[in-house]
Amino acid sequence: MSDEPLLSVEAFGCERDGRRLFHDLTFTLGAGEALELKGPNGSGKSTLLKAIAGLYTDYTGTIRAADRLYLGHRPGLGLLLTAEENLRWYAALGAADGARPPIAEALARVGMAGYERVPCQQMSAGQLRRVGLARLLVCAAPLWLLDEPLTALDRSGQVLVRGLIEEQRGRGGAVLCATHQALGLPGAGTLSLEVQHASTEDGG
Amino acid sequence: MSIRELWHRLGSPRWFFRISGPLATTLGLLALALLVTGTVWGLAFAPPDYQQGDSVRIMYVHVPTAIVAQSAYILMGAAGVVLLVWRMKMADMVIAATVPFGLTMTALALFTGAAWGKPTWGAWWVWDARTTSVLVLLFLYIGLYALRQAIPRPETASRACAVLAVVGTINIPIIKYSVDWWLTLHQGATFKLTEAPSMPPEMWLPLLLNVLGVYCFFGANLVRRLRVEILERERNTQWVRDLVAGAPA
Amino acid sequence: MSGPGRLFAAQFRRELTTALRSLQEALNPLVFLFLAITLFALGVGVDPEVLGRFAPGIIWVLVLLANLLALETLFRRDYDDGTLEQLVLLGRPLFVPVLAKVTAQWCLTGLAMTVLAPLAALLLYLPGEALGATLLTLIAGSPALTALGAVGAALTVGLRGGGVLLALLILPLYVPTLIFGAGAITLAMSGLEVRAQIYLLAAISVLSVTIAPFAVQAALRISLEQS
Repeated sequence: MSDEPLLSVEAFGCERDGRRLFHDLTFTLGAGEALELKGPNGSGKSTLLKAIAGLYTDYTGTIRAADRLYLGHRPGLGLLLTAEENLRWYAALGAADGARPPIAEALARVGMAGYERVPCQQMSAGQLRRVGLARLLVCAAPLWLLDEPLTALDRSGQVLVRGLIEEQRGRGGAVLCATHQALGLPGAGTLSLEVQHASTEDGG
Repeated sequence: MSIRELWHRLGSPRWFFRISGPLATTLGLLALALLVTGTVWGLAFAPPDYQQGDSVRIMYVHVPTAIVAQSAYILMGAAGVVLLVWRMKMADMVIAATVPFGLTMTALALFTGAAWGKPTWGAWWVWDARTTSVLVLLFLYIGLYALRQAIPRPETASRACAVLAVVGTINIPIIKYSVDWWLTLHQGATFKLTEAPSMPPEMWLPLLLNVLGVYCFFGANLVRRLRVEILERERNTQWVRDLVAGAPA
Repeated sequence: MSGPGRLFAAQFRRELTTALRSLQEALNPLVFLFLAITLFALGVGVDPEVLGRFAPGIIWVLVLLANLLALETLFRRDYDDGTLEQLVLLGRPLFVPVLAKVTAQWCLTGLAMTVLAPLAALLLYLPGEALGATLLTLIAGSPALTALGAVGAALTVGLRGGGVLLALLILPLYVPTLIFGAGAITLAMSGLEVRAQIYLLAAISVLSVTIAPFAVQAALRISLEQS
């Protein structure tokens, strides 16, 4: 593994609907590191994650990121398909030829063993969330971008998220996570964002 | 200045704003001169058509507007490619500035076409190749305009319009060709407007002046709209603040 | 990284599975086609001479509209459940998945309508000698409808009230296909050669299917950026 950070954000600036969200934000995330993004609604947590993921491109500055997985507000699961079909599709999009995706193991790890053939439509919000987490295991990437991963999860689910993040760090991966509830990750940094008001400085 | 340098400069709204003031005035004056000469010549001095009589003079308004409406759409297609490939801010503004102009010109072309149809064919609307193409073009413009209105964020709206304009531009020649074929199918060869056997110079010269004039008008209009658009988009930057405060740009 | 063939197969299978599980929704445009044909018969009258003469235009206009109805859901479901953003985040060209989606959509609309066209022709008293041309124009022209329509669907996917807007954006682009499609059937009714029009339709389809996925890809990225 090289010493290159898995994520480096340099002089990141972003304005949305005439409101400045970020100005000259710089940070890096290396192997085994985790960073919690904190801040009130509207402070730009989701926008930052989307920009790093590649969904949002109206920003200034540079973002260099390794292969990444993004878990957003929406689960990313076809509701008419079963958990297994959804994960198999993800595996086909990303996995190497011939590699058997460990779908059953991944579902077992997130506490959804036995739900392989259940259509996602019939699952609760928390269960959908868990299947979404299984995707992180099936698709495997060094950088995880998690937007409010604890939403809709019960206590054991929250423990599960913490466990998954720790495993990811142990593998030499990195995690950037936006959350309202403190995750309490050992040795994780925190980046606090504030709501900024209408921009006044020179942006050109 | 090398081409590469010019290309880079064009990407800078501030640079464009600085140089474009005289450009807009020049184009505007040129448009005024050409349009006045062409229109007065065409309406008052050019000979009447041997078949259509004086009603042929509508041509001096109809043809230039129809031509410029189509060119404006193609320009948007080109700007769309520039915006999508190079992410050039100015291209986005070109699209934003062209939609209302093109829409107006298309509507004007359609109206004058209808007004021309009445004395020529005795009906306000005739499915002639040119009027039909212009009608489809009007719908293409309305689509762009509606899409623009439906998307709240201006940056996103322009890029969406860019995609549509590119697809539309690729389609325009196909639409024209299909409409021409459709007419041969349903009408056979008929007398076509403006294709009277070899127009004499006294007729096509004023027409040419008006076509050039309307292009200059388009240029002047585009530059002025771009300047307004630039000020609006860059209102939070220092140079616009200085400009408003009275310092030279 | 998996090959394009595997990617196409995975996406295509996903689309068909989803369509099969919401079969009613997939069939609705076809039902609309026949419902509207019935309305035409009721509105125009059932004089075989008159109805038969209008049949080419009626069939093609209704095929356009039925296609349009089906397009609304093409990306909507994936947009709502978040799979679309994951697809865009693949970090490589979306050409293959988009092509797979368009192909699946065409099977459910263009191909299905071609299969059902004889029934439509029967209801509209289309002269028998024009049936072959009808099938050929539909099979050659309908891929263009789906491909061009996908661009509009991708542009409007995140917008409220996108349905009418979609019609406004896409129907003008359908003009050439309509003209050559309906025109060829009309020619065939008078026993004329229509090969040229079929080739033209096929050419428009090939052009659309080649270019549209790039436009769809750009449009999807744009639509996702505002969510």
